[in-house]
Amino acid sequence: MKHLLTIADLERSDIERILSTADSFSEVAGRDIKKVPTLRGRTVVNLFYESSTRTSSSFELAAKRLSADLISIRSTGSAVDKGESLRDTVATLSAYDPAAIVIRAPWVGAADIVARSCTASVVNAGDGKHEHPSQALLDVFTLRRRLGLESLDGLNVWIVGDVLHSRVARSNVLAFTRMGARVTVCGPPTLIPREVETLGCDVSYDLDRLGEADVVYALRMQNERMDDAFVPSLREYVACYQINSRRLQPRQVLMHPGPVNRGVELSADVMESPQALIVDQVASGLVVRMAILYDLLSARDQSGERGGTPEPTVGQPA
Amino acid sequence: MSRTVLDRDDIRRTLVRIAHEIVERNPDERIALVGVHTRGAFMARRLQALIEELVRGEVPLGEVDISFYRDDVAVREPASQPVVHSSRVDFPLEDMTVVLVDDVLYTGRTARAAIEALFDYGRPSRLQLAVLVDRGHRELPIRPDYVGKNLPTSRSERVNVRLEEQDGFDEVEIHELGTPVGGPTA
Repeated sequence: MKHLLTIADLERSDIERILSTADSFSEVAGRDIKKVPTLRGRTVVNLFYESSTRTSSSFELAAKRLSADLISIRSTGSAVDKGESLRDTVATLSAYDPAAIVIRAPWVGAADIVARSCTASVVNAGDGKHEHPSQALLDVFTLRRRLGLESLDGLNVWIVGDVLHSRVARSNVLAFTRMGARVTVCGPPTLIPREVETLGCDVSYDLDRLGEADVVYALRMQNERMDDAFVPSLREYVACYQINSRRLQPRQVLMHPGPVNRGVELSADVMESPQALIVDQVASGLVVRMAILYDLLSARDQSGERGGTPEPTVGQPA
Repeated sequence: MSRTVLDRDDIRRTLVRIAHEIVERNPDERIALVGVHTRGAFMARRLQALIEELVRGEVPLGEVDISFYRDDVAVREPASQPVVHSSRVDFPLEDMTVVLVDDVLYTGRTARAAIEALFDYGRPSRLQLAVLVDRGHRELPIRPDYVGKNLPTSRSERVNVRLEEQDGFDEVEIHELGTPVGGPTA
């Protein structure tokens, strides 16, 4: 795999391979020395045109834990402020011969543009309303760990909230369904994109059947993407769609990509309940992003390796 | 074209001998075994049982996966990706004589990576290397302390170790590849 641009590019076996590598990095993260020399001497560029805490910090730490050299660039305080185009910025950074560029931008397809204009491996860390594949991978990882499952076969997942503006929703519908889950997206009709069913999910405009869900995945109300009035008022949204202790059942687990608008899409009590995996998701973010960088930047073959018997490969027993 | 060089009984006898050598060479030491994934880990488990019987005590057992410590992460051709296993060394290495266990010793690069991996867990007082087969062609100054069998090979040959835990049967065979490979990389 050269780039991670969209979940749509991934087979189930790709997802399983990355998550199994992430399992091994969890072991590394538990050691006293949390660093491995895998990407020593290689350069990772973090290029963030949008605000981000967990995605940028976890990619930074992931690169460092793999011993890569890291350059972090934010749009504010860089030449981007001065009006440099994405393509020109990438051309400039390419002079450092980076092995990987991690990009977050408000424009759909930004990561594809970068992938086509440089030789580095490109990771899409969020491109507008389109996709956020590393988030989807870490969510599958978190769920598998919490539920002790290898696959998500037959699991019922509800994704609730502002699906229209959510790149997380798009990537997660693709990833959850690829791993065998049944996904329902739910929200006010104004915040559900037309023909979202073509992604392979069901649609509901109310929470009446939320009890069917094994997993409730709440999305953030994206005030910064709300140019028009998509909901009559936040109070009405809360009344109809907030996940609170009245709606969340004890057997269900709760996820949220963060940052949470407390009291809007989630009530404070469910955030702190043991059912909430929100903190686990952040911890998973680090090891899954290490696994992503490792997967993209380790090009290896099995032949001749170690002069012994070949290692078993995923999907092809030795 | 392949020929068997060690069968099931040979492998069993060889491991018994290595277990004795480890105990004899380290009479007063605290011994621990760390196997290199995948087959080295199974060998280490067998040696653990044998040594525990000899010393009538517990011998800590760990395993390391060297994927994250390879020296060729960047240069290999993209192809099928080997599964990365978890390492597990859940005992302190300090004041231990650690015997690293692998199936085949070839270029020495795996052993080098395993040594580096092990040192991320602590500082053993002594580190030794046990291998089932030494097939020569070293590219690094690595020397095994315990060798099951010295097996002169050409680079165009391949040594296949099969262990019951992984493959369903015990065997070491030499397999002649059609054309010489460009050179070992691991």
